[in-house]
Amino acid sequence: MELIRHNLPALIVVTPLVMGLLTSIIGRRGLGWWMAMATTAAGLAMSVQLLVDVLSQGDRTVEYLMGNWPVPFGIGYSVDPLNATVLLIVSLLSAVITLYARKSVASEVPAGKLNFFYALWLFCITGLLGITITGDAFNLYVLLEISSLSTYTLVALGKERNRRALTAAVNYVVLGSIGACFYLVGVAYLYMATGSLNIADIAERLQPIYASWGTEAPIYQKTVITGFAFMAVGLSLKLALFPLHGWLPNAYTYAPSSVSALLASTATKVGAYAFIRVVFTLMGVGFAFGRLHTDVALMLCSGAAILVGSWLAIRQNNVKKLLAYSSIAQIGYIALGFALANKDGITASVIHLFNHALTKGGMFLALGVVMYRVGGTRLQDLRGLGRKLPLTMGAFTAGGLGLIGVPLTSGFISKWYLVSACLEQGRYELAGIVLVGSVLALVYVWRVVETIYFGKREDEVTVREAPASMLVPTLILVGASIYFGVDSSFTTHLAGEAADFLLKVKP
Amino acid sequence: MLALGVPVIGFVLVAMSGRVPNLRETFTLLTALVTFACVAALYPAVMRGEEVRFALLEVMPGVPLSFRVEPLGMVYALVATLLWIPNSLYSIGYMRANHEKNQTRFYACYPLAIASAVGIAFADNIFTMFVFYETLTLSTFPLVTHKGTTDAMRSGRVYLGILLTTSVCFQLFAVLWIYVLSLGSSPAVESINFTVGGVFRDGLAGNRIDPGIVGLLFFLYIYGIGKAALMPVHRWLPAAMVAPTPVSAFLHAVAVVKAGVFCVIKVTVYVFGVGTMQQYGLGNWLLYMAGATIIVASLIAAFQDNLKKRLAYSTISQLSYVVMATALLTPLSIMAATFHIVAHAFGKITLFFAAGSVYTAAHKTQVSQLDGIGRRMPATMIAFTIGALSMIGVPPAVGFISKWYLIRGVMERGEISGTHLDEIFVLVVIAASTLLNASYFLPIIYRAFFKPLSDEDQKHPHGEAPMPIVYALCFTAALTLLFFFWNKPATDLAEMVRRAVS
Repeated sequence: MELIRHNLPALIVVTPLVMGLLTSIIGRRGLGWWMAMATTAAGLAMSVQLLVDVLSQGDRTVEYLMGNWPVPFGIGYSVDPLNATVLLIVSLLSAVITLYARKSVASEVPAGKLNFFYALWLFCITGLLGITITGDAFNLYVLLEISSLSTYTLVALGKERNRRALTAAVNYVVLGSIGACFYLVGVAYLYMATGSLNIADIAERLQPIYASWGTEAPIYQKTVITGFAFMAVGLSLKLALFPLHGWLPNAYTYAPSSVSALLASTATKVGAYAFIRVVFTLMGVGFAFGRLHTDVALMLCSGAAILVGSWLAIRQNNVKKLLAYSSIAQIGYIALGFALANKDGITASVIHLFNHALTKGGMFLALGVVMYRVGGTRLQDLRGLGRKLPLTMGAFTAGGLGLIGVPLTSGFISKWYLVSACLEQGRYELAGIVLVGSVLALVYVWRVVETIYFGKREDEVTVREAPASMLVPTLILVGASIYFGVDSSFTTHLAGEAADFLLKVKP
Repeated sequence: MLALGVPVIGFVLVAMSGRVPNLRETFTLLTALVTFACVAALYPAVMRGEEVRFALLEVMPGVPLSFRVEPLGMVYALVATLLWIPNSLYSIGYMRANHEKNQTRFYACYPLAIASAVGIAFADNIFTMFVFYETLTLSTFPLVTHKGTTDAMRSGRVYLGILLTTSVCFQLFAVLWIYVLSLGSSPAVESINFTVGGVFRDGLAGNRIDPGIVGLLFFLYIYGIGKAALMPVHRWLPAAMVAPTPVSAFLHAVAVVKAGVFCVIKVTVYVFGVGTMQQYGLGNWLLYMAGATIIVASLIAAFQDNLKKRLAYSTISQLSYVVMATALLTPLSIMAATFHIVAHAFGKITLFFAAGSVYTAAHKTQVSQLDGIGRRMPATMIAFTIGALSMIGVPPAVGFISKWYLIRGVMERGEISGTHLDEIFVLVVIAASTLLNASYFLPIIYRAFFKPLSDEDQKHPHGEAPMPIVYALCFTAALTLLFFFWNKPATDLAEMVRRAVS
């Protein structure tokens, strides 16, 4: 037991990797899901334990050395309140969505490819967990590619339903690869300047470099700035920050339902986490925001993301695409939070990572039920489903209220902290944008809600409520998103810890 | 805090008993009675000046959902829960007689709305008030769009759009702004709790906050409370007329618009503080805005042929009476505002009940169709007359009393301030609107009782509306009259509010 506990940071990444390999080589059909389910459940247990461990430490960090090689020579994993929280988000969501996936995936992916699907599924989760936990900038790139490559294929597997999944996947491959390459180029520049790949080590070695810039002989000034610029753009692509969001809507729309849910609730969150990590731990706020004023650019982009994303969401007729554009807007909220770089802002950011993962995940799962029972997710497919699928559609509506940020839903908590953070910084116009964003969210959510409850169906098909294996995960996610809106002590505590941790390490 | 829990339990019971209409309606009435009893049980404690506090839970650190019973909230809670009883009775009659669909959803939304209303009434801080303000909007939305037609949906969108947009963009902005100002070691704002005398006093005295910002916050708040239907954010109210009549009565008299003006008074008294606002001259624009709303809405009402629309515009103008009285910023005028919440509620619910009764029995919606209907539906039209007299402010209807206090409030302000321009304006508005009210209510009464039935109507005999409807409207009409003579609870509570202000 002690051995497992000591090696948790490694196990949490290695387990899905090994299980993924096993899944891909075993031949028995149907076993794939069981292996994925067991792995993600174990992952959830491990990340909960890890979170407890981190919070019980005085300095709030757990360090782990791969193969006992000391950093910066070996790969070091380091867990702090921020990535422990993100780990929890990823493993919780992946466990719940895997629980849901069984029937939904079986209906959308050809039976012969099921094991293959779950192997990729586990690789994707491996990558996401790895990005979150690693303390090594290059290792982060490797894991980024593991998750991205498997995601491209997972998206492409939606082709049985709609062949546009293939073009969506290709589009995603191109942009995703550019993003990953940019990140790698950035890491290379930093390596050139500092000779290290370990995040904490680079941060330390950057200090004398920064200090030299004010003097007569600045060293590596252009190198470091260029490196950061590449990393920032590469990661912005990964987190789909406006205007680099082009790959996202189609990828979400045409992927199999479970994949959309997994991507929407974890992939962009991990991208946001990586961005936060680079800005706050690797480069330092003083450099990224203080000297280069990246925060201004981020605020502009996120403000535009909120307005444009919501506006485009209003104009969609495919509900999945509508949710995808809404995600772009929600990523704007997350980016805006950490761009403000004060305690409430980072708290808002982290809370919203968590809340939005639950809410959007739950909504995509509800849509997956519609796909499963009705066969489409266009607006007219949802007409009058309020009576036929009362629980699923109730969950969808509750999730929608969360997107709007109605009080007593978790979205409200995020918005409360975010607007407070804007006002504390005296950025009244940003506070205004956030609130206008809520109103736009009201418009796009309400279009769907009206259709669900007041739309008339021409075809009198008999649609039954979702099977329990799909309904329960949906209700868990949406229920959690309501619960954390009524009593937010858990999320605010975690996010507060994360914010304190990040702001303390400010150089 | 049973008062909040009972309607929620009622909601569950009603929602579950949808298959058995009789059981469902029994639950509705029972919930209404028990809720009123719970609120009324708090009355003695309030009169003794006791503090009844209750913290439900801490939603965010330092931002609890908490409640405190005080006289002003008590007035609103009593009115809302008391009038919910006849409203339920009336709904039962109306919904059955008109064979409406989806009745379970309909009855299930009511208790949620009442729970929200009680939540607003007893809110202890601006966060709690905002939360319940929003739940009230959302829980009444299915009631407004009950018919589900294209027209109903369009109106529902206007209703939800205006109310949520104003509350999110303005009210939430103000709430958060005040919250942020209340943080730190020497905050500009004392707390986000409702405080007698307002929360800005020390900050303003210590020059930690600019009076202009307080004025801006006040502006945000007034227009953030879209439910008060101050022009130009009044459009939702006529739009909501598409709802079934019991819902209109509920919106106009029981919960929604009353929540709006109640919030205006509450915020003025307990957040901004009457003294502070007077000192820095912050509320003057509101006086004129409200005055303009009264006159313009009355003029529009006079030209509406649809009875319910006419009543809707009358409500807009009556609400601005409350707002105007509040903006006078004297203890007596605040008392007048408080009292007018009660007075208008009794009168308006009667008028709507009567309008719905006419629709149920005779299927008439236009004023011009009402010739001679008083002879066929005497009870309904007599009740209508009483309600109309109360709107105009003629004794022995209760509307007279609030007008009386209002004018006394104007006099009181005249003694305080030097110039008299504001006071003259208010008096002119009162006089003009009384005339206008008379001009659009009296012709209806004249038609109903003194004009002969049209030939067309002769062929379609009908009597009174079903019994539950008639009972309900007689009850509220009787209240309107009775309250003129016996209004001790309301005046006592309003008096307590007045003492708290001065």
